[in-house]
Amino acid sequence: MITAPTIEWLLLSPLLVLLGGAALGVLVEALVPRASRYLAQVFLASLSIIAALALTITNWVSAEPTIAAMGSIALDRPAYLFWTLLLLFGLGSLALFAERSLGNGQSAFASSAATVPGSPLEREADRLHREHTEIFPLLLFSLFGMLMFAAANDLLTLFVALEVFSLPLYLLCGMARRRRLLSQEAALKYFLLGALSSGFLLYGIAMLYGYSGGFHLHEIADAITAGTGSNSLLLAGIVLVGVGVLFKLGAVPFHSWTPDVYTGAPTPVTAFMAVATKTAAVAALLRVFFVALGGARWDWQPMFAVVAVATMLVGSVIGLVQSDIKRLLAYSSIAHAGFLLVGVVGVVAAGEGVALSSVSSIGFYLLAYGLATLGAFAIVTMVRRSGGEANNISSWRGLGRTNPLAAGLMTLFLLSFAGIPLTGGFVGKLVVFASAWDGGYGWLVLVAVVFSLVAAFFYLKIVVAMWFSEPVEGETAEVGTPSAWTWGVLVVATLGTIILGLVPGGVLDLAGTAGQFIR
Amino acid sequence: MTSEPYLLLSAILFAIGVIGFMLRRNAIILFMSVELMLNATNLAFVTFSRQHGNLDGQVASFFVMVVAAAEVVVGLAIIVSIYRARRSASVDDANLLKF
Repeated sequence: MITAPTIEWLLLSPLLVLLGGAALGVLVEALVPRASRYLAQVFLASLSIIAALALTITNWVSAEPTIAAMGSIALDRPAYLFWTLLLLFGLGSLALFAERSLGNGQSAFASSAATVPGSPLEREADRLHREHTEIFPLLLFSLFGMLMFAAANDLLTLFVALEVFSLPLYLLCGMARRRRLLSQEAALKYFLLGALSSGFLLYGIAMLYGYSGGFHLHEIADAITAGTGSNSLLLAGIVLVGVGVLFKLGAVPFHSWTPDVYTGAPTPVTAFMAVATKTAAVAALLRVFFVALGGARWDWQPMFAVVAVATMLVGSVIGLVQSDIKRLLAYSSIAHAGFLLVGVVGVVAAGEGVALSSVSSIGFYLLAYGLATLGAFAIVTMVRRSGGEANNISSWRGLGRTNPLAAGLMTLFLLSFAGIPLTGGFVGKLVVFASAWDGGYGWLVLVAVVFSLVAAFFYLKIVVAMWFSEPVEGETAEVGTPSAWTWGVLVVATLGTIILGLVPGGVLDLAGTAGQFIR
Repeated sequence: MTSEPYLLLSAILFAIGVIGFMLRRNAIILFMSVELMLNATNLAFVTFSRQHGNLDGQVASFFVMVVAAAEVVVGLAIIVSIYRARRSASVDDANLLKF
């Protein structure tokens, strides 16, 4: 007789609420008249994310760490921490998705993505003010996959979650309203390279299964402790799984998609990828490598140290010569992936006489980085010229004179990226570097400090362009007047960046409670 | 039964997939190469499943098939929309985004 599986419905409710919201969103597309779909979808999506957030926090406070759903989802404190971050970032991205005031009542997404760019059909769809409200269910599906990815406790769940969050993102990338050829190209590149990397991840999973005979992370950890399996299978598995996850993180040498896709995708989607994908990828990387492969850490720590140095090098040096603001922010996100990897390499567990474990410090870093990134991309959507976004940095020259508020907020976010004291980014870098230092990787911390100085240089380049340069005649950008959605993101991002910089204690303590994965 | 020949075949198929992805220029063929990689993985899963004497690997290969099918839907949609805009599915022609 087969016993029925037990499912912890209450504990898994954040996932189920998101999935339910997304499925209902598909029904809304089919049943609700076109005129009221936008409102219905925005309402449904924001309600789902807020409900999931509330349930996550309730579970975080009340529930004991446990492994749910027959061993495939680990619900421990790091999982709740990363879920909270992901849902916050999802809510911020949703606000940017829902913004319509900047484009004169039109969102940043194509009126009809199936039409050929420049065709009569496209003009017809534009004239009728059609819009894709499917973006909201796609966002929810993707967010659902990210939550599952961050908490996956077996490798098969990890793979399925990776695909669940990637497939909607591929589509979203190709749906920009303006410069649609670029957008479609971004979607193609992201899709092909993403499919390749998930192939690598899957082969790595097969190797680890061959090594240990199981998919659960603890089975792999036990097999490593026992040491009976074939070492070549284990090493092949470590490398291939590493490739798959590092690709999503945008680490060198698997970063080449990042600048192109970030530039071509609609800016709200870029913001979502830059914050949420990165958070989910780091969470899964930490869980797989700490829980399952922790026993083989001497094999992968040097590999990650090399990748971290290469990532910081490429991100901060090639970022110096960029002239497009979205491309520059893409290289900035690559550099930040390098800084995050510095924290991963340390492998400091909680309670070893250190202030913060690797997991806690990376959680804090992601919050500071995510808030500044959401804010920066919100400003990018606001700075416009002749109807579209003005992404060339030459258009940003003199912005401080024409619009001190937008330029001032952008400066704050850039300073946070650069890790200037009194911003959240500084405290984030400090705790991540401290945990790598505690883990015995002092040389890596020194390298990281040097590269954060190099990266600071290109952030300051934009600051100088905004405040100390004359506007270029005929290329000056204007700042649009956004609706409450974008303002909400800006207010939260600004307050968050300042508070995390001035009084980080409370959030650090909170992150400190989420220091240890359950096994 | 020895499992090495099956694993070797799986590795060869995977390598053909990777090499095909690197060398070919048509998006559809790149995509077929990725499918070959996924199927090579399925072979490895089933072989290891037999070797370890549990069914986890066989279950995994079903999951992989379903995911691959979902990926086809999304991938072909993107490739077709690009083909209609450019009248070409070559990845060399999709070159607007660069340094």
